[in-house]
Amino acid sequence: MPGGLLGIEPLDRVEIEGILDRAKRFQPRQTAGGRSDQLRGRMIVNLFFEASTRTRTSFEIAAKRLGADAISITASASSVSKGESLVDTLNTLGAMHPDAIVMRHAASGAPHFLARYLPTPIINAGDGTHEHPTQALLDARTILDRRPTLEGLRVAIIGDIAHSRVARSNMYLLSKFGAQIVLCGPASLLPPELAQLAPNISLTHKMEDAIRDADVIMMLRVQLERQHEAAFSANEYFQFYGLRPEHMSRARPDAIVMHPGPINRGREISSEVADSQRSVILNQVENGIAVRMAVLERILGN
Amino acid sequence: MEKLILRNGRVMDPASGLDAVRDVAIEHGRIAAIGPTIEAAGAAELDATGLIVAPGFIDMHVHLREPGFEHAETIESGSRAAAAGGFTSICSMPNTSPVNDNATVTSYIIERAERHAVVNVFPIGAITKESAGEQLAAIGLMKEAGIVAISDDGRPVMNARVMRRAMETARSFGLPVIDHCEDLHLSAGGDMNEGVQSVRLGLRGIPSASEDVMVARDILLAELTGARFHVAHISSRHSVAMLAFAKARGLAVSAEATPHHFAISDHEMPPYDSNYKMKPPLRSTCDVTAIIEGIVVGAIDAIATDHAPHAGSEKMQEFEQCPFGILGLETAIGITLERLVHTGKITLMRMVELFTTGPDRVLHLNRGRLAVGATADVTLFDTERVWTYDVNRSASKSRNSPFDGHTFRGGPVAAIVNGKIVWAADHVGLGVPTVSQ
Repeated sequence: MPGGLLGIEPLDRVEIEGILDRAKRFQPRQTAGGRSDQLRGRMIVNLFFEASTRTRTSFEIAAKRLGADAISITASASSVSKGESLVDTLNTLGAMHPDAIVMRHAASGAPHFLARYLPTPIINAGDGTHEHPTQALLDARTILDRRPTLEGLRVAIIGDIAHSRVARSNMYLLSKFGAQIVLCGPASLLPPELAQLAPNISLTHKMEDAIRDADVIMMLRVQLERQHEAAFSANEYFQFYGLRPEHMSRARPDAIVMHPGPINRGREISSEVADSQRSVILNQVENGIAVRMAVLERILGN
Repeated sequence: MEKLILRNGRVMDPASGLDAVRDVAIEHGRIAAIGPTIEAAGAAELDATGLIVAPGFIDMHVHLREPGFEHAETIESGSRAAAAGGFTSICSMPNTSPVNDNATVTSYIIERAERHAVVNVFPIGAITKESAGEQLAAIGLMKEAGIVAISDDGRPVMNARVMRRAMETARSFGLPVIDHCEDLHLSAGGDMNEGVQSVRLGLRGIPSASEDVMVARDILLAELTGARFHVAHISSRHSVAMLAFAKARGLAVSAEATPHHFAISDHEMPPYDSNYKMKPPLRSTCDVTAIIEGIVVGAIDAIATDHAPHAGSEKMQEFEQCPFGILGLETAIGITLERLVHTGKITLMRMVELFTTGPDRVLHLNRGRLAVGATADVTLFDTERVWTYDVNRSASKSRNSPFDGHTFRGGPVAAIVNGKIVWAADHVGLGVPTVSQ
């Protein structure tokens, strides 16, 4: 991946496995703090056009643990609308010769657009409703901490699939490794074309069907601004698509519950489930740093 | 140059059915004679051996951007791009600033065109004031000033009652109503065709139903009012089927298709490349097939480019921020030859018809024929020369074309407007015709 990391879709299994294996060695419990010096003197710019405390912080920590210098810039929407185009912003940054740019943007394809004009490697930290590759990698790492393989696992992804970059990246990754993926959500947030994006994907509007025999349940955050498109009130949404304790008996006894965060308690997931033994949400956060270290190392390492 | 002989070309005139090697004599801006061997001492001569000599091509759907957006295109630059694409007549859409919704703007465009354009420019007037979809524009006065049709292209009339009144008015003035058929509520926020690709790329979709419901509405309103209704840039298979149905019922309906809609599907769009972003969007392969079939069977009457220049800075943005539209004038003949003629879908004569009598039957411009006494608008093109489109050499002021770098077989060779050669391809050097002794 010398050119950066724009998405999971174009990666092959070997590349993904390489990152996941490497991430395991960066996990805090494997090494004392996971600190190293191998990216000393390298400069990483975190450019966030969309607010995101956790992903930005995670990338910052990952860079610092590898000894790199990390600068975070949160470009508010207003500064962009003041007239400096995305190209100009990036050209300005590019002229300062960072070694990589980590980028979060509300527009799908924004990092792909820039990658065509900028020689600096770009790491996609989430582009619109398209992909969020490091999230899928950390999710896979989290599953593999508990299962020997992704092959044959039944993974339910539940919520606003249409607008979810987390769902897309996870679908591509899990499908490449032979998992069975069941997508579930309200009809208007679950376009039928999703089933054609990768092999082994099925769709359902019924939560009970999605969860049946599931090894992994991935809940997606309800995006309040999309609520009108779902044609569901918050209460109604929770009734039909909120994960509650009574659902868990349908899943495999050792099923785990995941969520990219931040969670809306009582909206897409009940507190009881979020705080239960089944929940691996905090392990996901932990693995976020390990996986991002592996990605930075892969892209910037010699 | 009072007299000009086009020597030994293959003359194709769909109106008369003529398809033979002939000489064409042009005198005082009119076709003076068409015959096997025309003697004319002192006339300039142009060797058209191996070329098609056709009536001047008409593009009924062009955005010239003047007045208001001269940074992207002007009447002059747009007309030069038209000539370089083999067009001798173009119709300019009214979405300028100010909108062409009154006779003053119409007259301004016509005066500017008379002074600066190298091809004929026929303005299309707005349907509603400022194309806001509410009050009807000054349709009658614009007709007197020279408009040839009405359209709120790009900002379609959503209110069916307003559209009904517009059709009644247009009918009474003998004007066709050209509709950019798009239900703006259904397409709201969309950036590309709704389908697997939009879902894959995480871009908001524009369902083809947003076109279909408006085509259906307008066909019904055309029947109600007796107006002539023309579908701009038809892109969806259901719309083609409905149009064929309406024609079979004898309604005065017609449609144009753009080269990009019969040449490219949404699956062929490089991800997030704004040079592939236009309205209607590139559709599915099924739709592309249906557009071609519609052209073959005659459900579609004309090829128009929807030439829509945008300055580079406007297209160098995030895909969803970029404006809709691409250049079209200079590549239309090349694409049509490649996709329709060389593939055997249509004959060369049918192709010429789609660019001449096809649009003229909708607009009644008194153009599109090669007959003695007719205005000497002539398009010369060839079907075999291999050439590569370089958008950086375009006569347009803008550069937004998905066909940059594409290699074509056959293309425009010269454009003659009112008896005058206004453009000729570099390789033929027709700019300086030889004068016989």
